[in-house]
Amino acid sequence: MLVSWKWLNELVEIKKTPQEIANLLTMSGIEVEGITFGLADSANLKVGLLKEITKHPQADKLVICRVEIGIAEERTIVTGASNVKAGQKVPVALPGAVLVDGKQIERAVLRGVKSEGMLCSAVELGMDVEKIPAEQKKGIYILSDTVSVGDNVVEVLNLDDVILELELTPNRADCLGMLNIAREVAALTGGKLKLPLVKGSEEGHECAQMAQVDIEAKDLCKRYVARLIKDIRIAPSPLWLQQRLMAVGVRPINNVVDVTNYVMMEMGQPLHAFDYARLQGKKIVVRKARENEELVTLDAQLRKLYPDMLIIADAEKPVAIAGVMGGLETEVTTKTKTILLEAAFFHGASVRRTSRTLGLRSEASLRFEKGVDVEQVRLAADRAVQLLAEIGAGTPVEGCVDSYPGREERQPIKLRIEKVNQVLGTALTPETMEEKLKALHIKVVEKNKAGWLFLPPSYRRDLVYEVDLIEEIARLYDYDKIRTTLPEGVTTQAIRTAEQKLRQQIRKTMVAQGLLEVLNYSFINPQQLDFLGIPEEHALRDVVTIQNPLSEEQGVMRTTLLPGLLSTVQRNVNNRNKNLKFFELGQVYFAHGFPAKQKLPMEKWMLAAVSTGEKEKTWAYEAKKYDFYYLKGVLENLVERLGVTANDLCWEVVTDLPGFHPSRTALIKLKGKKIGILGEIHPWVLEKYEIEQRVSMLNIDVEKLGAEEREQKVFVAPLTKYPAVTRDLAIVVSEEVVAGAVAKLIKKEGGDWLSEVRLFDLYRGQQIQEGYKSLAFSLTWQAPHKTLTDEEVNNLHQKIEKALQKEFSADLRH
Amino acid sequence: MREQLGLLKEKAEKELSQCKRLDDLNAFRVKYMGKKGELTKILRGMGKLPAAERPVMGQLANKIRDSLENKIADLTEKLKKKEMEQSLLAESIDITLPGIGPELGRQHPLSLVIEEIEEIFLGMGFMIEEGPEIELDYYNFEALNIPKDHPAREMQDSFYLSPEVLLRTHTSPVQARTMEKMRPHLPVKIIVPGKVYRRDDDATHSPMFHQVEGLLIDQVVRFSDLKGVLLNFAQQMFGADQKIRLRPSFFPFTEPSAEVDISCVMCKGTGCRTCGQTGWLEVLGAGMVHPRVLEMGGYNPEEVSGFAFGMGVERIAMLKYGIDDLRLLFENDVRFLRQF
Ligand SMILES: [Zn+2]
Repeated sequence: MLVSWKWLNELVEIKKTPQEIANLLTMSGIEVEGITFGLADSANLKVGLLKEITKHPQADKLVICRVEIGIAEERTIVTGASNVKAGQKVPVALPGAVLVDGKQIERAVLRGVKSEGMLCSAVELGMDVEKIPAEQKKGIYILSDTVSVGDNVVEVLNLDDVILELELTPNRADCLGMLNIAREVAALTGGKLKLPLVKGSEEGHECAQMAQVDIEAKDLCKRYVARLIKDIRIAPSPLWLQQRLMAVGVRPINNVVDVTNYVMMEMGQPLHAFDYARLQGKKIVVRKARENEELVTLDAQLRKLYPDMLIIADAEKPVAIAGVMGGLETEVTTKTKTILLEAAFFHGASVRRTSRTLGLRSEASLRFEKGVDVEQVRLAADRAVQLLAEIGAGTPVEGCVDSYPGREERQPIKLRIEKVNQVLGTALTPETMEEKLKALHIKVVEKNKAGWLFLPPSYRRDLVYEVDLIEEIARLYDYDKIRTTLPEGVTTQAIRTAEQKLRQQIRKTMVAQGLLEVLNYSFINPQQLDFLGIPEEHALRDVVTIQNPLSEEQGVMRTTLLPGLLSTVQRNVNNRNKNLKFFELGQVYFAHGFPAKQKLPMEKWMLAAVSTGEKEKTWAYEAKKYDFYYLKGVLENLVERLGVTANDLCWEVVTDLPGFHPSRTALIKLKGKKIGILGEIHPWVLEKYEIEQRVSMLNIDVEKLGAEEREQKVFVAPLTKYPAVTRDLAIVVSEEVVAGAVAKLIKKEGGDWLSEVRLFDLYRGQQIQEGYKSLAFSLTWQAPHKTLTDEEVNNLHQKIEKALQKEFSADLRH
Repeated sequence: MREQLGLLKEKAEKELSQCKRLDDLNAFRVKYMGKKGELTKILRGMGKLPAAERPVMGQLANKIRDSLENKIADLTEKLKKKEMEQSLLAESIDITLPGIGPELGRQHPLSLVIEEIEEIFLGMGFMIEEGPEIELDYYNFEALNIPKDHPAREMQDSFYLSPEVLLRTHTSPVQARTMEKMRPHLPVKIIVPGKVYRRDDDATHSPMFHQVEGLLIDQVVRFSDLKGVLLNFAQQMFGADQKIRLRPSFFPFTEPSAEVDISCVMCKGTGCRTCGQTGWLEVLGAGMVHPRVLEMGGYNPEEVSGFAFGMGVERIAMLKYGIDDLRLLFENDVRFLRQF
């Protein structure tokens, strides 16, 4: 909502600056988003009359104008504009004038001809081209014939107005009219209101004989007022009216349209004018559209009407879409003799639905949507009729038709003095409260012990509950003046729940291991599941689909974190960052029968990590790959951190997991329960993502990890003071023998005191037969209660060796 | 004999003073005090002396031996130290070579900010509650006093999954869910961090973003308490000198409602580009829980009262870390992520 400072000053006495009023409004809940100051300079911008225009002798595109700028005062001005004609009045910037871009006008010589100023375009004068007639947008701005030569252009065009831009909250639709903003300013400053005097009409009389109003859809139209104006003379509006409209962002069109818009901006009530002669049966019917009805609207579009749309019809057919747009056939034209002026209350939600369906939103529909003041509908019609008469646009027909089936008695609101102070934490007196409410025209209707009864003005439809009045008091009292306290209730202990702690610990542990946390959108393109090669019936296809996505890119809720992480890798690799390790802790979503079953979809926390590239070689160490084993180590550390030993993890080969490498992928089990997967991404998938390096991925069900963690209690193992004995064990086994199985057997045979089995070398090549590999372990024994003898350790070592020979045909290396 | 000892002492001390290395010292010890050493020989020859002279000479010889031993010990110490110093010199390293510590990971700035907000409110006794992101229209709107056709629904253009189910547009539905779960227990004192979704995607809006909601319901909760709690939060989050400013506003689920500004973190309130020269930054919406919302949640508004607030995590992260482009938060560029 744009507010003209000049207009506001005519409605309320103001002794403050625009900035001060803006602050007051903002701090009382009507946010002023911006202030635009107009042109300050005025003395050197004058109305000039073009006396004569001649061609420039040296330049084809220039003309020389002889301009009268006062009594017997003329200037020669050269211009490049092509729209000027002798006899026109134009804005002239004389030397010394400062235009809106800060440019100062000076005398100049253009191609040998002296120029004593400049003719100005709308843009140069700081006018908003969106609000002026199309033909005025380009070239020199042509002034109305009615202005006087030598007059100040700034005043003539209202260029020095200050515009406040209001950002209104949905409850303050009443401030979509200047009058109510003036009332608000008066309440805040104590300034006197200077509201226009409107002569009210009476029901009936000639108007009622000439027109009939019939509201069929009483649920969608609370009130409909019709007034008639005859002897219509369509013409441009007077300058003051045009200026007002332009200042608040409305383009002047003609006197009738301008007056309806003026009253809308002034009172917040949209109006519509019909060509009375074209209304069949001289009748207005407010009803829902019928099947297959159509209407050609003002924009010359044929619109199909749907049965839930509220329309205005005459005796035969639709003539307007209520609150949204009028029909072309009943449009007011230069041939119109009599108009029927409509002021009505249409149901907001109905207007919103219709305007959305048709894609037609306007200042009028906006006001209906937010709700107009039903009590002032007739006053708005009367105001418009009075203005039309005042500017000589027509002659009012006496009387009006006022159909008001939706009349409701407004109930007063009870306010308890002690409740006000209890809610706010203040110690306001009843007098202060009453004073604040009175300033807002909220009247006391009764005072008794149980509470005072207040009646808000009709335009404040947002005031319903006691707390609404409390807010009004607090608002005018000033929120800033309310003291600051702390809650007095019982102090409570607050800690994270087990699940919250688990997620925090996972996050911290992943970060501690050097991974970067990322955050991807919860929605993905369903095509990403194709990229991963997920088969049709797979669980990951059980997606929840967004009905109205912004794009197909964000079409479904993710069932896996993989696509997001792969895209993250892709983007970073494209930026030439090739060594990456990320994790994401986030939710995935499964339909689980939604929407057929009356149940919300399932949401589930997952941890996914991705790694690619390597920790680069430095002067001190060799490069280390961010591969399968890197992520495996990360997971092992994580579960250790969560209180489970890495030995409890079980790794099973899985060859057919969609999206994963068939021979480099493992199913991870924790104490027999499947908790996730770790593997290399299938090269086909990487090709889809245009990633040209190997990528490994870990995907873990957080809840399953957590269930294990919660069962587990961490006991600190006692530190033994007896020495540890270490022995190396090197064997050669066939390639089919996996290291995990060897380690498992070593642990089994090594006895209770075998405290560590560490694989320190894996070797293939020279001296090892093809198809075989050498594994070297470092074994550590340590007993809690005694020093182990060499003999004891040697025996265990031999036992292990024998078992390895027997089980894996291991060749022992000494 | 005495003369012999005197000469020996003189000679030995002179030799000793010439020992420059530990090896020299060892040789010296062998020469004089070893099994066949010169001093040892003299001591052995003591038996040949007349009995009367023996104690005196013995004493003298022992004195010389002790004195030599002491000097050898001192010198050994000195030489050892010197030799070690020399060998350490040869071990010098280039201290300017880069360190080889483990790599640091980083938390995402949004998760950092959420965690910080959580810590502040945990400290004030607020539990952390969570709720579904895919939510019923009822909890997202109706239970918050936003009936169908309410103009406020337009402020939040929603992603729908079915006519009655949507991606929550704010964390506020968890207010309603928590009230239902906890009624009639008091106090209800929670914050709700989480993802929310709106159909907006431009330079300043992301279709997915994060909020933290707060709710306190108790026997008597006042607007002044809301001011106190939020001031406390702002000072812990942005610094002890922070001020807050409350402006009347509108939310369907609170009344009175307020927009909460904090003094600009960039200019400390003097006015700059970030705050549009006002010295204030809008970071929170808040208010007293609307009686209708309490009622729908199963509490009697005549017996309890409460406040609620909500803040955008992205906005706070951007202010806290001086991030000028919202999109950076969701692009996951390592060059960005490594800065936290
Ligand atoms: Zn600032």
